[in-house]
Amino acid sequence: MKIIDCPVIGPRPAAEFTYGGAVGAPPVEDPTPDQLAEHVFYRAGAPGVLREWWYHRPTGRWFVLERNTATNDILRTVEPEEVAYAIPML
Amino acid sequence: MPFRCYEPRPGEWIDRSRKLRFQFEGHSYTAHPGDTISSALLANGVSLLGRSFKYHRPRGVVSMANHDVNALFETGDDTNIRGDITPVQDGMELHPVNARGGLRKDRDRYLDWFGRFMPVGFYYKAFHRPRSLFPFFERMIRERAGLGRVNMQWSARRRPKRYGHCDVMVVGGGPAGMSAVLEAAAQGLEVILADENPVLGGSLGYQWGGDADARQWLGQLLEEVDAHPRITVMTSSVVLGYYEDHWLPVATPDGIVKVRSRGVVVAAGLLEQPAVFRNNDRPGVMLVSGAQRLLERFGIMPCREAVVLAANPEAYAAARQLQEAGVRIRGIAICGESGSDSEHARALTRAGVPLWPATTIHEVHGRNSVSGVSLIGTDGGSSPVDRIDCDGVLVSTGWAPAAHLLYQAGGRLRYDDTLEMQVPSEWPETVVPAGRLNGAFTLQQQRDDAREAVRCLTAAMEGETGYRARSLFRDSVAHGAAWPVSRHPRGRNFVDLDEDLQLKDLEQAAREGFDNVELLKRYSTVGMGPSQGKHSNVNAIRVLARYMGQGMDATGTTTARPMYHPVRLEDLAGRRFRPRRLSPLHDRHQQLGAEFMEAGEWLRVAHYGGTREPEAAIADEVQAVRNALGVIDVSTLGKIEVFGPDAARLLEGSYTMRMGNLRSGMTRYGLIVDESGVIEDDGVVARLAEDHFYLSATSGHAAATYRMLRRHALEWGLDVHVVNRTGQMGAVNLAGPESRRVLESLVDTPLHEEAFPNLGVREARIGEARVRLLRVGFVGELAYEIHAPASVMGTIWDSLMAAGSESGIRPFGVEAQRILRLEKGHIIVGQDTDGLTTPFNTGMPWSVHLKKPFFRGRPALAHLKGRESQQLVGFALPADSPLPRECHLVIEDGEIAGRVTSVAASPILGHPIGLAMVDRALAERGDPLQIRIDEGRMVSAWRMTTPFYDPEGRRQFAGYPDSSEESHQ
Repeated sequence: MKIIDCPVIGPRPAAEFTYGGAVGAPPVEDPTPDQLAEHVFYRAGAPGVLREWWYHRPTGRWFVLERNTATNDILRTVEPEEVAYAIPML
Repeated sequence: MPFRCYEPRPGEWIDRSRKLRFQFEGHSYTAHPGDTISSALLANGVSLLGRSFKYHRPRGVVSMANHDVNALFETGDDTNIRGDITPVQDGMELHPVNARGGLRKDRDRYLDWFGRFMPVGFYYKAFHRPRSLFPFFERMIRERAGLGRVNMQWSARRRPKRYGHCDVMVVGGGPAGMSAVLEAAAQGLEVILADENPVLGGSLGYQWGGDADARQWLGQLLEEVDAHPRITVMTSSVVLGYYEDHWLPVATPDGIVKVRSRGVVVAAGLLEQPAVFRNNDRPGVMLVSGAQRLLERFGIMPCREAVVLAANPEAYAAARQLQEAGVRIRGIAICGESGSDSEHARALTRAGVPLWPATTIHEVHGRNSVSGVSLIGTDGGSSPVDRIDCDGVLVSTGWAPAAHLLYQAGGRLRYDDTLEMQVPSEWPETVVPAGRLNGAFTLQQQRDDAREAVRCLTAAMEGETGYRARSLFRDSVAHGAAWPVSRHPRGRNFVDLDEDLQLKDLEQAAREGFDNVELLKRYSTVGMGPSQGKHSNVNAIRVLARYMGQGMDATGTTTARPMYHPVRLEDLAGRRFRPRRLSPLHDRHQQLGAEFMEAGEWLRVAHYGGTREPEAAIADEVQAVRNALGVIDVSTLGKIEVFGPDAARLLEGSYTMRMGNLRSGMTRYGLIVDESGVIEDDGVVARLAEDHFYLSATSGHAAATYRMLRRHALEWGLDVHVVNRTGQMGAVNLAGPESRRVLESLVDTPLHEEAFPNLGVREARIGEARVRLLRVGFVGELAYEIHAPASVMGTIWDSLMAAGSESGIRPFGVEAQRILRLEKGHIIVGQDTDGLTTPFNTGMPWSVHLKKPFFRGRPALAHLKGRESQQLVGFALPADSPLPRECHLVIEDGEIAGRVTSVAASPILGHPIGLAMVDRALAERGDPLQIRIDEGRMVSAWRMTTPFYDPEGRRQFAGYPDSSEESHQ
């Protein structure tokens, strides 16, 4: 079982984590059906370096990791500010 | 015929001072503690141990190394027991697995003759035409195929899994493994040494059994390993696989131990490989390592007169070892030059043993045992002698590394033309090979290789990079034959003993186009038997390589996946581990005779009433809520607190409805959808202050909703804190016309309509306890939800029961609540919705506030609005109608037009009501629903708008002090 280095409490087994998928903002303005489907349903799946959300269940923390999906090596922790996006409000 | 030698061997595993008795096929035999089933039978002169999988040919011992898959046994309650390694026990009653009517007279032995009509791929080719006969053939094949009978009267045996931790895991307790473990421990590391045998020593114990110096070294190693405080030894323990970051499941006699280490030394040794010649499967034909194991571990002479087939130095050493023990060596056929001029070879010549150069075995004679061999030149020409009588054939023609773990860790193998063997060519820095599997054969090479492996490993564990994988101590002579295969016009020269595959089968498969090693495997099933190719893969690759006219490496290998050995299901299952969450009021419910039901990980009250009929108890609970007062434990609800300047923004973006404009002191129903617009969760959102919200979520979805809110807070860069208080807080819902009167007597805050309107939220006290009151009711009556810390819930419950006794308070369970909410037409997420249901399907477009520029799922819902293909509709049935069940189908013109999602007999309406998700056209026409119930019967349901009960919602305002306040709405 893979060990993931949790930025909060250090190395923990992967079974303690929930995968949150690749980072990416949803289409905020009215998207075309194709843009919508692209965001909601399609994943490229090509091997490479991906920024992903990971959740450590026992501590309830989310964080973003950069992972090489070809080698399954975790490269670094990304500050959430780097991937945050503002949402429009009424 | 094999027999037990009179003189004990110096390192034997058996205890000759004690005897035990067992039965095989109804005959009684004796054995010694330490014997395996196979060794015990051989000691009694029984060498026919099984029948082969396909042709039911007689089979016996081959390796004694946990791969003798033709010597499988069963007892009354267990099957496919491997005889070569399983200890025999007193009183065992054993039978073979694949014989009808006894091994000697197996009624299926005709299949060996019939086999010529069953070429490779026979099943694929023969039985598909004519179609009508296929069921007949299928039944026949299923009856014959497979090994062993499952005892259907089995009882579950729970075998808890355990965990182990160490710096270095060493796999294999032979000379290299023990050297490695001592080297690592000397460096101050904690080490675990695992070996599949009950006794450490590996090849030192049998291959070098005739060598006094080796025996002395073995004794010294065992002593040092045993004495070292940082070494933990696991014997009879198979390392099943390698998983990421040095995670190794080990099957021990007491169940699986999952070991996490920082580095691994794979010193699992070699698997000796059979040679291919006619009748190479006869009981009495075995690998020299198998013969050595029998001799040195169990004191068994494998035969009286043997012919040896040799292609490496090990053959001559073994021949001498057996000769000195008393086996007469009739001669040595040399099918590979290596070792033929060794000291052992010369000693054998001096002792009068003939050595036949460039000779191999053409055929083995004998039916259920060996009576002799015919020889042939390796070039297919004549040999120095023609036929030799003997009762044993010992084969020593090559090895394959047991490098499965290395391969799983990302290592690679290549074929070494000098050693005539596959060797590791690359491996990760912290998973290293050592010993024979790395090509180090002499004891000096093995010791040096193991120490070097540990040095490289520890350097890499310290973070030193650039420690290139290297092998400095590989041997320089061949240890196998390049082509240990001999053709025979009448075949029966087996490449795979598990699956009964002959040389011609593989060549035919290649001829038919399955000429890639992975295709060859799948078409012919080579390597797919119980030993997973441990005795067949290398020779199969040789056959394919020669057929294709290419090298071994160009031909490739198949993938060696975990598990290394078959694992018992009870070991994999481990213990039954299902944590239960209990409400803080669980004891109170038990005292009231509650029936509990599982709701996710929670135990919830289904209904109360002890021994009474459940239907009657549930109906009484429903009536109590409608007419007087009920109380339900809703502590399982998710309870989440949100604080901070951006709290409203977080909820505005997470729920489909507006939350920013919710006034302090008020609550609102909240619906959460995913990015495709599908309903995920619902609950109540209460605003306690401008920057402070308190939310409830459904019992099963609380953790996911909390998780989502936490993520959105980061994703949207919000200044907000989210706290999951689900386990910390309890809650009850007090519902019914009497609820206000009873609660008023307990709380320190006014409850009348002006002070505490419908959908309001208030902080108050009940006695000493601080509580939150939410005026919400799932069941459609005047109702108050009381949230408080879990520690005070019992006191609050007792106060409510005491204060409500005059009003006839009655606790109610989930079953009653389901009926009550159905009467109100409220959906349950996950029951009335599924993975495709949007708020438009459930008739809740009012909950989707598309004027908000953004919320989770908004783009999808904006697109889906008005395009829904199904709608949730209410229906009703006559009072005497049989009751449909959830998921019964709605039929229109013979086609499926929907399904029932909720149904119950309504006590207040006096007839059954329900919800169904049906095609939009049908929903809009308003036609009656034709529902197909059990046994294909049809019932017709008329349509009814929801809520079924109190459609104007007056009841939420009804009750004490006077019901005229409904005008406030």
